[in-house]
Amino acid sequence: MRQFLDFEKPIAELESKIDELRRLSRPAASDGDPARGTDAPPAATGADASGYSIDEEVSRLSEKAEKQLRATYAKLTPWQKVQVARHSERPHALDYIRRLVTDYMPLAGDRSFSDDQAIVGGLGRFEGQPVVVIGTERGADLDTRLKHNFGMARPEGYRKAKRLVELAGRFGLPVLTFVDTPGAFPGIDAEARGQAEAIARSIEACLAAPVPILATIIGEGGSGGAVALASGDRVLMLEHSIYSVITPEACSSILWRDTSQASTAAEALRLTAQDLKGFGLIDEIVAEPVGGAHRDPNATIAAVGRAVAAALPALLALDPVALRLQRRDKYFAMGRQGLA
Amino acid sequence: MSWLTSYVRPKIRTLLGKREVPDDLWTQCDSCKQMIFSKELEKELNVCPHCGHHMRASVPDRLRWTFDDGQFTRIELPKAPVDPLGFRDQKRYSDRLKENRAKTHLDESLVVAHGRVGGQNAVVAVMAFEFLAGTMGAALGEGLVAAARLAVLQDAPLIVFTASGGARMQEGMISLMQMPRTTLAVQMVKDAGLPYIVVMTNPTTGGVTASFAMLGDIQIAEPNALIGFAGPRVIEQTVRETLPDGFQRSEYLLEHGMLDMVVKRPEMRERLGQLIGLLRERDAAKAA
Ligand SMILES: [Zn+2]
Repeated sequence: MRQFLDFEKPIAELESKIDELRRLSRPAASDGDPARGTDAPPAATGADASGYSIDEEVSRLSEKAEKQLRATYAKLTPWQKVQVARHSERPHALDYIRRLVTDYMPLAGDRSFSDDQAIVGGLGRFEGQPVVVIGTERGADLDTRLKHNFGMARPEGYRKAKRLVELAGRFGLPVLTFVDTPGAFPGIDAEARGQAEAIARSIEACLAAPVPILATIIGEGGSGGAVALASGDRVLMLEHSIYSVITPEACSSILWRDTSQASTAAEALRLTAQDLKGFGLIDEIVAEPVGGAHRDPNATIAAVGRAVAAALPALLALDPVALRLQRRDKYFAMGRQGLA
Repeated sequence: MSWLTSYVRPKIRTLLGKREVPDDLWTQCDSCKQMIFSKELEKELNVCPHCGHHMRASVPDRLRWTFDDGQFTRIELPKAPVDPLGFRDQKRYSDRLKENRAKTHLDESLVVAHGRVGGQNAVVAVMAFEFLAGTMGAALGEGLVAAARLAVLQDAPLIVFTASGGARMQEGMISLMQMPRTTLAVQMVKDAGLPYIVVMTNPTTGGVTASFAMLGDIQIAEPNALIGFAGPRVIEQTVRETLPDGFQRSEYLLEHGMLDMVVKRPEMRERLGQLIGLLRERDAAKAA
């Protein structure tokens, strides 16, 4: 069953009507597959006694739903984008790794305390090219969410990331990261073991790497915990992903002293891919299927794959010194240009 | 090195430490609540003579205490875009900036100066907690980059005194991007073989801690400073546990291996001088 967001209610109603009609138009025997709305096989019924064609009605409603979906997603508010970016059916880092990276071999551990499952990564091939891949993974159901701590890493996670980036550097492998995290885990244990230092070292390792670092924000880019893996040569963002210094909820409670202003805060923070591209803080926006990544995960992942493949050759052509200089110039130029 | 070609020599203006005359004859310690004769407190570098509590230090005080004979040269920092997002919460960000400038007589949350520390050249950057809680925006990033460039240009170590409530939310992602930018600034100093020393003061939290403040060759803190990534209240709300005694304080961090040493304020200058001397003995020998 698809999960609908609040602002998708009108679309949800249309789609459930369509499903209903399809069920009606089909013989009782085939009612085993009511789930996939538009993918269902066309029903083979003509006009009924009143001359009313279910087929026609289905296609009319489908068109209407499609139009509404397109219209809604063409002008999502920042707060709506926050919800889309956090949609539970949106593809996660491991989905990208599984589909885009062949011969994937996970690597584990920070070599000093544990293996943090909030950050996953390892070796593999992207379009034949050996790579190191790293992602923040939120998990897809209760069990995996707990296992991956909802994508909130502890110091061990960032230390694992740093280790993998350094490994990539030693063997000349480009690094692909997939970022989707509410932020670093705010816990007693995390602080005791140096959360801040671990994040700082991960950023430092990315910026010092003699190999290309290509980051994609696939869902929520949550503050320092995201920068730890997104301090790259190229930063891509999915069309409806967000990247923010603080969650709109927390910003609302701090600056407005009122938790109900999250939507206003989301607007003020300018956290959308479109805003950030305008500010020159990210490099490229990858379009999502109509209705968001969760409507067609495979198409989304393929689009990200194409964008990464297109960005990589120019970076691979640079020698380590030129690459680091270009990276430094890129970050030093930020905030000095493209501002409204 | 390409940055040398793009380096614009900062306009240097000399500003000897201005003495701030305390308005009141007596000051109450925030910790033990005892009254202290203000003149005495000043002599003690704002450390309570009764309980040893390190009270807040203003930027001019910090600079005076750190440089030999209180003598230093402040550099003018590059201007950063003002209110790049046109941010407004209950107040306009541009108004907040104006108010803070008027209140603190500072342009932003970082001041950079150079002079001698323990007889050796050093560049010192001091964060101003009094300016919008020492939050990190584009101006702070620009300032730290300028400080790093000056250190490299002068072949001098960089010492940073941190004090920050974290990110400057009103600058959104521009604030967050100061984490990689300041990290790159630190890398320039390290690449040049120069010492980078961090002195953490109360409080140092958020994105500042998770970037340049934790990357020192040497990590020092003043006693009992709050140092962490997440704020204690956020942690309490998340884990719903009572925080351990002394949690996220300097001594706790020292015990957990995150600091080299906790140094009392009156001993700071001497300690910094010693460290620089030891770390740069080889360079001094080469230069001789
Ligand atoms: Zn006291």
